[in-house]
Parts: sequence; C-alpha cells; structure tokens
Amino acid sequence: MLPKAEFVHWWFATGFLIIGLLLLAEAVVGEQAWGRRRWRPYLWPSFAFLMGVLMWPVMVFFTSSTIHMLAHGSWAQVMMLAGAAELGLARGKLHSPYWRLCTALAFLVSGAAFLIHEQNGWFYARSAFLHHLIGWTLVGGAVFPLLRCLRPRAAALQAGFALVFVVVSVSLYCDRDIAPVFGHLAPAAGAPHR
Amino acid sequence: MESHFVTEAAAQLRRRSPRAVAVNLIGPLTMLAGVAWAFLQPYRLTLLHPHEQGFWWLLSEPPLYVIVVGLVFALVLAPGLLEDLEEVEDAAEG
Repeated sequence: MLPKAEFVHWWFATGFLIIGLLLLAEAVVGEQAWGRRRWRPYLWPSFAFLMGVLMWPVMVFFTSSTIHMLAHGSWAQVMMLAGAAELGLARGKLHSPYWRLCTALAFLVSGAAFLIHEQNGWFYARSAFLHHLIGWTLVGGAVFPLLRCLRPRAAALQAGFALVFVVVSVSLYCDRDIAPVFGHLAPAAGAPHR
Repeated sequence: MESHFVTEAAAQLRRRSPRAVAVNLIGPLTMLAGVAWAFLQPYRLTLLHPHEQGFWWLLSEPPLYVIVVGLVFALVLAPGLLEDLEEVEDAAEG
C-alpha cells in the first residue's frame, strides 16, 4: 500500500529543511570556515541530488494525472541537474560560476511546475493554496541563485537562498491531502481530515 | 574547582563571536520549533497513541523529523563548524 501524498510531502519537507539549515550555516560562517573540512561543501548538493533521485519513484507511484507525472518528472530532472552542477563546483571539476545558473533554472522550472500543475484556485483547499505559495516562492526565490552567480560570497544572498528552502520546507510540512485553508474548503475537494 | 570551571565557561561564552552564537542557535531553535509543533498538534505524533495506526502513519511523525534534524545539526555539524570558525577568526585577528 502506498503512503498518502501528504506523508511524501513531509519527507521532502525534511530534506528541504536539512538543505536550508546547511545553507544557512554556510551563510553565517562564510565560505572559508565552511570549506575547512573537505566533505562539508558536498553536503547540500548531495542532498539536492539525492532528493532529485528520490523524486523519480514519486513520479512513478503518484501519477494521478499526466500533468502530475510531468511536474514530478521535471522536478526530478532539475533537482538532479542543480545538485550535480553544485557538486561539480564543490569538487573543482567545474570552474565557471555560471554553472550556478542550473540552480536558478531548477527554481524557475520547479516553481512553474507547481503553478501549472495546480488546476484549482488559491482557496480551493490547503494543498491548492500551498501549491500556489510554493510556486511563487520558488519563482521569486530564483533571484537568489541567479545573483549568486555574480556575487557568490555575498552573505545576504546566501542567507536569502537558504531561507527559500526553509520556507518551502515549512509550506510542505503544512500540507494535508484534504484540509481547509483559512476556513475555506471547496465542497468538491471532499471531506477534510486533520 | 567548580567556580574556576564556571568562570572559564563564562569567559569562553563572552569570547564567542555573533557568528558562533548564530551557529550555536540553529540546532536548538529548530528543535524548539519541532517541540512547539508537537505540543500544538500532539495528534501528529501517532506514537503517543499507536493503536490501530498503520505502518505509514507510525513512520510519519513530522514534529519528530524537525526535532531530529535540529538535534543532528547541533550534535554532528555544529561542533566542528564552531572549531573551524574559531580558527578562521583567530587567523584573521592575527
């Protein structure tokens, strides 16, 4: 028996929380202190890549519609791309800072996928609200990885980048399969559960 | 002996830079968020009342996930990071 969709959202929320905290710590201590142990710069890109890999089974087993399959598939691809590019930069195999554009692309594609595959309005149900919120957070948040290409050591940009992950994590933790949002729940959504 | 230890510890705390304090706070604040969530929505912790819960409900304990992430950060990542930060700051001070 498959887990409920909300359980999978909570697992991915935990992954995003881990990435957010790692990036936040890096932003606080700076690149020099963060890079003093060779394994540390690999941490968050590895989690991003792993989450991209784990998105494939989600795509396979949670195919409630074609557009869901396309959305999950595009997330899997761009998360793996962003993780791989950041791993290449951490390892020193890739040198150009413009490889960080892969992460900006991942944000834009993921945000667009959230917005496009949510067919209902903001207040249809909580999951619809959160899909819109996460979608716009990622689209707006893409400015941080974009500017990181130009100023990779700017602490404010790194902190903003980290906080986008934390916000997405909190939003995913708030997700329920059928639940109201601010007192709104469309009758067609079904019976709510806590 | 005890008072000497306390004085040393207090002096060390005073020496800590704002960045070190921030790193020290990330784990505990994350744990605190998880604990607050557990108190606000205790029914999310199905382990507290496991009867007739299925496997996935017992595996999915989101407030515990948050607490564990904070705990692992505080115990595994933060100590080494603080050591390295101190070294970098000492080197910068000359």
